[in-house]
Amino acid sequence: MTDILLIALAMSLLYISIANRLFTYLNILVFQGFILFGVTFLTLTKISTINLMLIMLETIVFKAVAVPWFINYVIKRNGITREAEPYLPNFVSLIIVTFITVATIILSSSIKDPNLDKTFFVVALSTIFTGLYLIVTRKKIITHVIGYIIIENGVFVLSLAVGNEMPMLVNLGIMLDIFASVLILGVFFNRIGDLLKDPDIKHLRNLKD
Amino acid sequence: MIGIFLTGAFIISGWLYFNRNIFVNYALLLIFIGFLSVFVFFEYHHINIREMEFFKPDALAILLLTALCIVSVPVIFHGYRYIEKHNVDETPKSRGLFFGSMVLLISACSVVYLSGHIAVTWIFVEITTLSASALIYHHRNIRALEGVWKYVFICAISITFVYIGILFLSLSLKDAGIEDMSFDSLYANADKLNPFWLKLAFLFIFTGLTAKLGLVPMYTAGIDAKDKAPAPAGALLASVLMNAGFVTIYRMYAVLARTPLHHWANTVMIIAAILSIFVAAVYMTRIKNIKRMLAYSGIEHMGLVVLGLAAGGIGVYAAILHIILHTLIKPTLFLQFNQVYWVYQSKSIYDVGNYFKYNKTGAIVIFLGFISATAMPPSGLFISEFLIFQSLFEAHYILILLAVLILLTMIIWGFGSNIFKLLFTPPLSIDETKIPYISSWESLSQYLLLGLAVYLAYDPPADFVTLLQDAAKLIPRC
Repeated sequence: MTDILLIALAMSLLYISIANRLFTYLNILVFQGFILFGVTFLTLTKISTINLMLIMLETIVFKAVAVPWFINYVIKRNGITREAEPYLPNFVSLIIVTFITVATIILSSSIKDPNLDKTFFVVALSTIFTGLYLIVTRKKIITHVIGYIIIENGVFVLSLAVGNEMPMLVNLGIMLDIFASVLILGVFFNRIGDLLKDPDIKHLRNLKD
Repeated sequence: MIGIFLTGAFIISGWLYFNRNIFVNYALLLIFIGFLSVFVFFEYHHINIREMEFFKPDALAILLLTALCIVSVPVIFHGYRYIEKHNVDETPKSRGLFFGSMVLLISACSVVYLSGHIAVTWIFVEITTLSASALIYHHRNIRALEGVWKYVFICAISITFVYIGILFLSLSLKDAGIEDMSFDSLYANADKLNPFWLKLAFLFIFTGLTAKLGLVPMYTAGIDAKDKAPAPAGALLASVLMNAGFVTIYRMYAVLARTPLHHWANTVMIIAAILSIFVAAVYMTRIKNIKRMLAYSGIEHMGLVVLGLAAGGIGVYAAILHIILHTLIKPTLFLQFNQVYWVYQSKSIYDVGNYFKYNKTGAIVIFLGFISATAMPPSGLFISEFLIFQSLFEAHYILILLAVLILLTMIIWGFGSNIFKLLFTPPLSIDETKIPYISSWESLSQYLLLGLAVYLAYDPPADFVTLLQDAAKLIPRC
């Protein structure tokens, strides 16, 4: 069951690579939040109930509801157009994301470590790299933020792989989520919207040498 | 004591943020300085005694903590002068946020130095990002917004990298059957760790922390930050915050130095260091913004420090000496820049000139600061750089040494041509009636810092040398 959920997560990456509208991105974020909720429940069997509840609460409240809702609010408030505006055609994106997934599978099969759960490793790495890919190939600042949140989801999957032995690390991952998202989204994006009527990264190119 | 310090610092920082009364504000800052000094004194007398399970003040932590304490006093004083001078734009709220974040940044950095556990270090490195971003965004205009956005985004990515590194480190511990992630346990069990995961862990942690230390690949965020932050905050970002990155990289490197991966780690660090010095040389020869030039000079020095670490032997000692002296010298230039800005109201090299005519004491500080930062004798950095070169020579890195020397010459040329333009060439246009009177007393702290750097390098007290040697012992000699 865990494997099915993780593979669904990997498939959502392929879908996001060809998504055109920002709302599709948000729906995928919600979907990933729910998948992570399920994976957490199935994987972390050895940790204390309170800790498990805390982690699951975070995935459902924060990843699946609060962050997508807030991004939606920011998009509406700043009147951001709903196109994702990629630099590359969607078809090329699809090929690149597929390539990323295949490459991580090949990479993980070269690692010979009995302690490593390969599915977790492959899905986590491909999510992280897809997030990085989205950041570099999309024009809007908000898609950069979405790319970053996808990276965080990938990191969260990776932390679940060691979660049973070291629950502290999963808690740290939650701190990372909350800290970085609140900092990036809460404080600054509102202001970027106020100062820049058209939130596009082309306005953020003045600081240079 | 660390618990008391942290609680006290958080209370003072929060109080500063909510307080609107100017006298309470300055009283709180004075209390904080006193509190910090007592804390440093206490830790100095409790060296190597573990506190609250996660903290251990080792020799390196004590050295960096003392340097932090010495630098914070002039930084807070000049912060106060800065706020006073910009009186028109400042509100009690912006003043509270500025000093509150400054106190938080200083406290978070000191805890990073003292932390003996990689996860605790990581948490406080996050807090430095939070407080630094509030300082960078002090002026609330579009350029500051751009600077802070880039800083926050790159730091968020870098902190994620460090987290991934910690996860890989835990995988490498899993194979050895260890659960304790404190540095002491890592040192003791270094030979049992799985080398593959350890390699990945080091790569990710190193790459992530380059955003704080200021090395290739993530140095860019720091440059914009130091440019856009008010000069006193820039002084902190260019010294104590960089040290926070250094101390963590140093401790991770000490783990790898106990394994067969030592040579591999050296190669990674040398590549990052050479590229950093190269980037600094390229930008410093053509840069026209004085503050960014100072920031790039920091990149060069961190490159040298990491090169010293990688060379090993006397290089480790020299690297630590270099970073301490750099902590004293770089803030001097940033703090002095405040006065330059009052005279010319510009950071561009095209608008400044003839500084000797307008502010003699300040001009002498700039001149001495230039000599110090480029490591010309009698600068303290001359000693440490010389030792780093010696260690490179002894480690048979002759080609690297040659390349570094050529790049440093370019840097001195670029740095010098801008500084001499500022000091001696008349500016294109300036309205001399608008130049404010600047008291010589405002430069006193800079003289003291520069003097201290010379003293520590040429006639170091015995305690200082012992601490340096103890700190260097963390890296075993190969």
